[in-house]
Amino acid sequence: MRSRGARDWNAASFSQKLAAFAGLAFLHLPVWVIVLYAFTTEDRTYQFPPPGLTLHWFAVAFAREDIWNALRLSLYVASVATLMALLLGTLAAFALAHSRFRGREAITLLFVLPIALPGIITGIALLSAFKFGGIQPGFWTIITGHATFCIVIVHNNVIARLRRLPQSWVEASMDLGADGLQTFRYVILPQIATALLAGGMLAFALSFDEIIVTLFTAGHEQTLPIWFFNELFRPRERPITNVVAVSVVLITMVPILLAYWLTRPREFESK
Amino acid sequence: MRAIARFLYGRRGFYLALLLLPPLLWLGIVYLGSLFALLMQSFYAIDEFTARIVPKLTLATYRQLVSHPANVDIILRTLGMAVAVTLVAAVVAFPIANYMARHASPRMKAFFYVGVMLPMWTSYLVKVYAWRLMLAKQGILSWFVDQLGLAPVLNAALATPVIGGPSLASSYLGMFIVFVYMWLPFMILPLTAALERVPQSLLQASADLGARPGQTFRNVVLPLALPGFAAGSVFTFSLTLGDYIIPSVVGAPGYFIGMMVYQQQGTVGNLPLAAAFSVVPIILIAIYLSLAKRLGAFHAL
Repeated sequence: MRSRGARDWNAASFSQKLAAFAGLAFLHLPVWVIVLYAFTTEDRTYQFPPPGLTLHWFAVAFAREDIWNALRLSLYVASVATLMALLLGTLAAFALAHSRFRGREAITLLFVLPIALPGIITGIALLSAFKFGGIQPGFWTIITGHATFCIVIVHNNVIARLRRLPQSWVEASMDLGADGLQTFRYVILPQIATALLAGGMLAFALSFDEIIVTLFTAGHEQTLPIWFFNELFRPRERPITNVVAVSVVLITMVPILLAYWLTRPREFESK
Repeated sequence: MRAIARFLYGRRGFYLALLLLPPLLWLGIVYLGSLFALLMQSFYAIDEFTARIVPKLTLATYRQLVSHPANVDIILRTLGMAVAVTLVAAVVAFPIANYMARHASPRMKAFFYVGVMLPMWTSYLVKVYAWRLMLAKQGILSWFVDQLGLAPVLNAALATPVIGGPSLASSYLGMFIVFVYMWLPFMILPLTAALERVPQSLLQASADLGARPGQTFRNVVLPLALPGFAAGSVFTFSLTLGDYIIPSVVGAPGYFIGMMVYQQQGTVGNLPLAAAFSVVPIILIAIYLSLAKRLGAFHAL
């Protein structure tokens, strides 16, 4: 028999449900505000509700060469950083997934440090190193910063999948006469492919959006987030900023949803 | 190729070293090397007359950091904000996490999971910008408050010393709301994971033994959820300590550690002081991590 107390904790009361949905709405509110303001006819204040709606600012923004240049640079940086992270992060995941050796704990710590410490530390640390080395900040210094935290993302994704891959499958494959390469190609790779893809997508989204580290390492280069950051303090062209904001949200949503979809089945199977 | 694979399979240690070497070199040289450079930089000082960095090891910059009351204020202000954000984020996250972990149907849970994840991964800058739109004088938040007839409440809050200001967009209260919003998903996810592991039978036992819901919550649910809080708070705490964009876009004119780091290295050109300032969050986080470890935070990650 269940007493009242148990019922209160096990069945969702109306107020609990309400609080949960209110919290979710709170999380989504700013995103919808951005979508709404991209269409507003008011170009000086942030008046709500908007006095009228228009598509005019999309046309204006699409004609801006500086925005396209920033977007191109951001996509280029994110692609290179993701490729480097996929290579280095996957290698590390394979080495650390099932092995035991002295110093492994320290190495594992090293592989979470770039995201455990705030981005500003990575930024100022890289800048200090560039100053010491006499390196001029530019395209490759941006990549250096991004690759460093993207490695961690890919490593986390791949190692989680490798740990769930039964070791016995690998042993069975080898016992049945497959060599290491065949085992990798036909047993391991199909199992980790989606984790690789998901890790890559997340790394791409993270790099595409990165500002905290990038402001320290970019020199005179202007990625899309840096363009956006400058607009925040120079509010001359609010309507265009609004259009870029909504475009950025749409661009990052695609890899995020894909990454979720790729890793989803296994995540909910195990629970 | 095949021969290489066979060769490596027999020599496991060599194979591991080969795998580990490239990523380890990258993080070891680029990342740890940079952290070391940062530390070195913080032991340099700037020459007051030439405004040039003097490459000689000295404690002068750290002395400057702790002896100026303004600098100490910045550190305390940032720490206070990080603690407040962490506590309130935990309170706001709990109902969502509890619903996701214990009450939602699998379909609803997937919906909530995506619902928390999407705003979490939405562009950071766009979210900050959206909050600036919302907190502005004529913005959506004051409109909403007016519609509910709560304007006197908002004005009273803004009239409060320290947290108040001329408007939400230029007060610590507004900045605080933005911080809580930004890091909320980082609290919800580990908390959900921790609550999922609370056995149903313990709650039933507690109720059968006569505990009221409040007692069950305090004595059973809360202690078991603590590792989740600890794990989430590591994010909310560390992210608030290091942020420099939110305090410069929203909020009162007082400085925060991150803003100081950014400004000292940029417009002022005092890289040693920027480096010394950035060592402060590292120390605070190290202290916090050791506390969180005691609470068992890392079992819930």
